[in-house]
Amino acid sequence: MTSASPVRDLGLRLLRNRSFAVGGGLIFAVLLIALTADWLAPFDPLRNAFRMRLQPPGAAHWFGTDHYGRDILSRVMYGTRISLLIGGLVVVVTGALGTVIGAVAGFYSRLDAPIMRLMDATMAFPSIVLAMIVSAVLGASVVNVVVALSIATIPHTARIVRASVLVAREHDYVEAARALGAGDLRILFRHVLINCLGPLIVRLTYVFAIAILAEATLSFVGAGPPPPAPSLGSIIAQGRDFMREAAWITIFPGLTILVCVLGLNLLGDGLRDVLDPRSRS
Amino acid sequence: MAAFLARRLAGALIVLLLVSLMSFALIWLVPGDPASAFLDASATPDQIQRLRTALGLDEPLPLQMAHWYGRILRGDLGESILLQRSVSAALIERLPATLSLAGTALLIATLGGVAAGIVAAVNHDKWADQATMSAALIGLSVPDFWLGLVLILVFAVSLGWLPTGGFVPFGESPLGWLRTIALPALTLGLVQLGFIARISRTAMLEVMRQDYVRTADAKGISKLEIVVRHCLPNAFIPIVTVIGIVAGALLGGAVVIEQVYSIPGVGRLIIGAIAARDFPVMQGGLLFLAVVYLTVNLTVDLIYALVDPRVRLT
Repeated sequence: MTSASPVRDLGLRLLRNRSFAVGGGLIFAVLLIALTADWLAPFDPLRNAFRMRLQPPGAAHWFGTDHYGRDILSRVMYGTRISLLIGGLVVVVTGALGTVIGAVAGFYSRLDAPIMRLMDATMAFPSIVLAMIVSAVLGASVVNVVVALSIATIPHTARIVRASVLVAREHDYVEAARALGAGDLRILFRHVLINCLGPLIVRLTYVFAIAILAEATLSFVGAGPPPPAPSLGSIIAQGRDFMREAAWITIFPGLTILVCVLGLNLLGDGLRDVLDPRSRS
Repeated sequence: MAAFLARRLAGALIVLLLVSLMSFALIWLVPGDPASAFLDASATPDQIQRLRTALGLDEPLPLQMAHWYGRILRGDLGESILLQRSVSAALIERLPATLSLAGTALLIATLGGVAAGIVAAVNHDKWADQATMSAALIGLSVPDFWLGLVLILVFAVSLGWLPTGGFVPFGESPLGWLRTIALPALTLGLVQLGFIARISRTAMLEVMRQDYVRTADAKGISKLEIVVRHCLPNAFIPIVTVIGIVAGALLGGAVVIEQVYSIPGVGRLIIGAIAARDFPVMQGGLLFLAVVYLTVNLTVDLIYALVDPRVRLT
């Protein structure tokens, strides 16, 4: 296949991929709703209205109301914003640190074993429990939740980058660059890491999904961002006490998490099919 | 084989050393004083000081570390501040509930996942493949604790078929055990089932492209026999590897699911400790789960080094 522009070619192949298109569409919609929550949300997510407590879904309150009469739809919209914010920050932190750690381990053989044993050790802890405990120990805040979740997602990411670096650094053009007098850093960034981008982007898409699920779990067990922020996991935790008479408090935030994570997983699958040559058939 | 075993054990020991060091270091992440974090604001300086002494926080760091290693080598994880008893004893007491939950979930995930993976691979690119893989992806994307609540709502609250929570030990009443473990194990298993189904499908498709499978097909062997005799045994290694990974995810997942179904296992102990800032239980629980995970993975590694000689060389 010949094409005038490799970038346009890549774009076309992505758009023709059904997983990517559906996942991208879902995420775009969720992102749009979360970003415009200030204008779109029909009610103040924190305002109590006791006369309207435990209203089932209807014309005024599409997702119903909770035991304080707060509008679930509005709470879910703001909760989605927190989920996406935390997920996005985890992607940035994990992307940066995972790349540096993986690149150093893969590029400098002497540091490889110590770094990777440390990553192995971190991966021996069930990641959700590690994140829960670190977040609780540091004290619940958005930043500490991001730190806790990143600690749990960095090792696997570093491992993926390392594997790609190990392959890429053996290429002839790396030796050619070195013969031309290029330094380690230049070789690493200009020639080696650029070849790890595909697997890294795919992994980070999944990290986004994992982070949203994990943030919800942390909030559910009470180790998430502190109230009054309406996090999706904490709305579900509150709804739990009213499951018999007001199941909607529990149902809608859960469905929202499902849509976000499903969208990201589809996006990741699409990106993997197109960017990761090994799985391209 | 002996060389492989020695290398693998040495690697596991180093990781174990790091894991225990990290569990120890946890208490140093606490901003301020761990003793005051546990006690409420009304605690007198005297009470705080007594707890600091009990936690060993007044000793110099090297001595604290020596004590920590001295204790864990004897299997002693310290005293819970909240429960006023040995952390090891509390963990071991709750292990059967956690293991029976994670074990049953593993069974559901593995049997269901491998079966779904085979169905998808055999019907590659047909509707059965797409339906199975869509279901697997949805399974992967569902928050497990929420799925647990939905299942409680449907099967316990609305239909009244099963209890909403609790746990009956198998030794006490096998039927009671099954009734209490069914929903939690299903919740935990379904999420991992999707993961195993995806890996099994890929592994099967890989094997089905091999020449010997085409030869078997050309010989006129039935499709069922090809799958069972030729594909499945060869697809097993990636699948077994994944089961090691899934074991870790199941242990973590069990912690949350125990909370949803009020199962008195290791997870509820840890979550209770998080809420109460009971640091010895958090440290001990984390180390304990990591040791279980490492043991499972070492066993998995050894099993397929026995089955597949190629593994020993890498």
